[in-house]
Amino acid sequence: MYKKYFAFPYVFWILCGTIIPIGMIFYYGFTDRSGMFTTANVLAILEPVHRKALGMSLLLSLISTLICLLTAFPLALILKGSRLGRKGFMVFIFVLPMWMNFLLRTMAWQVILEKGGIFNTMLSYLHLPQFQLINTPAAIVLGMVYDFLPFMVLPIYNVLMKIDGNIIEAAYDLGAGRGKVFSSVVLPLSVPGIVSGVTMVFVPSLTTFVISNILGGGKIYLIGNIIEQEFTTSANWNLGSGLSLVMMLFIVISMAILRVLDSKGEGNFI
Amino acid sequence: MQSLIELRNITKAFEDNVVLDDFNLKVNKNEFITLLGPSGCGKTTTLRIVGGFESADRGQVLFEGKDITDLPPNKRNINTVFQKYALFPHMSVGGNIAFGLKIAGKSDAYIRDKVKYALKLVNLEGYQNRKIDSLSGGQQQRIAMARAIVNEPKVLLLDEPLGALDLKLRQDMQYELIRLKNELGITFIYVTHDQEEALTMSDKVVVMNGGYIQQMGTPEEIYNEPENAFVADFIGDSNILDGTMIEDYLVEICGKKFKCIDDGFGKNKPVDVVIRPEDLIIGKPGEGKLDGEVIHNVFIGVYYEMEIRAGGYDWLVQNTKSCPVGAEVSLDVTPENIQIMHKPTSKEEEAIEIDV
Repeated sequence: MYKKYFAFPYVFWILCGTIIPIGMIFYYGFTDRSGMFTTANVLAILEPVHRKALGMSLLLSLISTLICLLTAFPLALILKGSRLGRKGFMVFIFVLPMWMNFLLRTMAWQVILEKGGIFNTMLSYLHLPQFQLINTPAAIVLGMVYDFLPFMVLPIYNVLMKIDGNIIEAAYDLGAGRGKVFSSVVLPLSVPGIVSGVTMVFVPSLTTFVISNILGGGKIYLIGNIIEQEFTTSANWNLGSGLSLVMMLFIVISMAILRVLDSKGEGNFI
Repeated sequence: MQSLIELRNITKAFEDNVVLDDFNLKVNKNEFITLLGPSGCGKTTTLRIVGGFESADRGQVLFEGKDITDLPPNKRNINTVFQKYALFPHMSVGGNIAFGLKIAGKSDAYIRDKVKYALKLVNLEGYQNRKIDSLSGGQQQRIAMARAIVNEPKVLLLDEPLGALDLKLRQDMQYELIRLKNELGITFIYVTHDQEEALTMSDKVVVMNGGYIQQMGTPEEIYNEPENAFVADFIGDSNILDGTMIEDYLVEICGKKFKCIDDGFGKNKPVDVVIRPEDLIIGKPGEGKLDGEVIHNVFIGVYYEMEIRAGGYDWLVQNTKSCPVGAEVSLDVTPENIQIMHKPTSKEEEAIEIDV
């Protein structure tokens, strides 16, 4: 007989951690302060301020995801190719920053980039012109890339390590050069890793408000910042929930797109 | 006659482990040559050096007389069937087979015909659009073969391709491989540790151990006239005994003198003697040279395998007639079934090298 009650903690977890919170978000999102049904909170996304913030969020998270992908893939290839003894150590070095507090890492960048910060001090030491990087979208992208790069490297590295060396040798054996081996064997076989890496970078980038708070100096509003403010400063849970639902919709859409890509990658012929 | 592939003085070491030591081998056109030996004997490394996946520390690889030592695998007119098939999991069967042809820039119509032809050759007609993971091990093996031969290579390298298949399938595939080789006229270089496989399929068997060639010859030569104790022990079952060559055509084993057909070993020289278990003649006590007692008897299928203690040695005997355990019997052997071998005196000699 199966001991079904062993599943109880998980049911409890799902109930309290997933179903009830989502239910509450839906409830607040579709009601006004007096508890009446309304779609105003969701449609509020169409207001110029919100639209702009959402657009900025999408743009910056796309850019940082792309930069992460273009940085992580060659890096994962190098890690795969490097000699066995050093391999584990190099991955370890890469994952090491993940063990430090996320806030701390982001604030470190603030110190580096701020006006009298390390970055500009070094520039002036080299007699180069000062460079305003803090409080710009570029600084936020930098923060996102720095914080989320390991989440792109690891899944791609894992999937590359799983590719059977014989399969790559077989491609060479059949006459393929380096470029062809990469484009028709290595790349298609690493799609699952790319998809999970993209998901793990894109979703937190889209929803972040901490990075934009610290490195954007409160001047650049991402959709995350707006939602945060609705919940804290404005204490308007209904509007915050409505905007959250819109953001969730965008995440669901992006996941759906990625899933199509992945299943395409699994089986295609001529 | 110029050989198709020639390995000259190949030496290869991984870290401190010398896998091949001054290795020489010639492979002729249309030959089915098998590299046979226990794991770690250097047979797979040899194959990988021919394929271009491993570079030798020293020595040369010649292909039709041209030096291809530094040529990468994609530039060699050689294809490989890998041990675990190494099919591309993200492509269909047809995509796998067409891979090499597409890179060679063949036309779509040509590729379609070729894929069809290759599938017919391996008895998997109509499988073009199947997915790789929907195929059984034997089918994947055939697709790996088809993917290699469709490129019409001059040489096909096979690295224990039947290792993962069950016995019945393995036997079927052995006949299939012989048929393919005869139909296509491609040179096969085959690596295995299975002596039965080697004897069944090959034109020439190269028995390897410790990075040296132990013996090279036709399957009959290897089985009937092993040149040293290693070959005798590795190929089939055998009784290997210490003996003394009294003079030409006379050898002493277990204190009894036996007539044999070997000469040139000198007088009173210690030698290794090989007698195959199926060559021992069982008789009534006193009939043969050695009297003994049956101490073991197992029915194997075609014959009974017995252990008979006689003359201080436990003889492995195979016979279709069964003798019960404890029975008193005698053993004898005809002169032509006694194989005399030099005792190795050094590591060099242990790995006898032959030039063909």
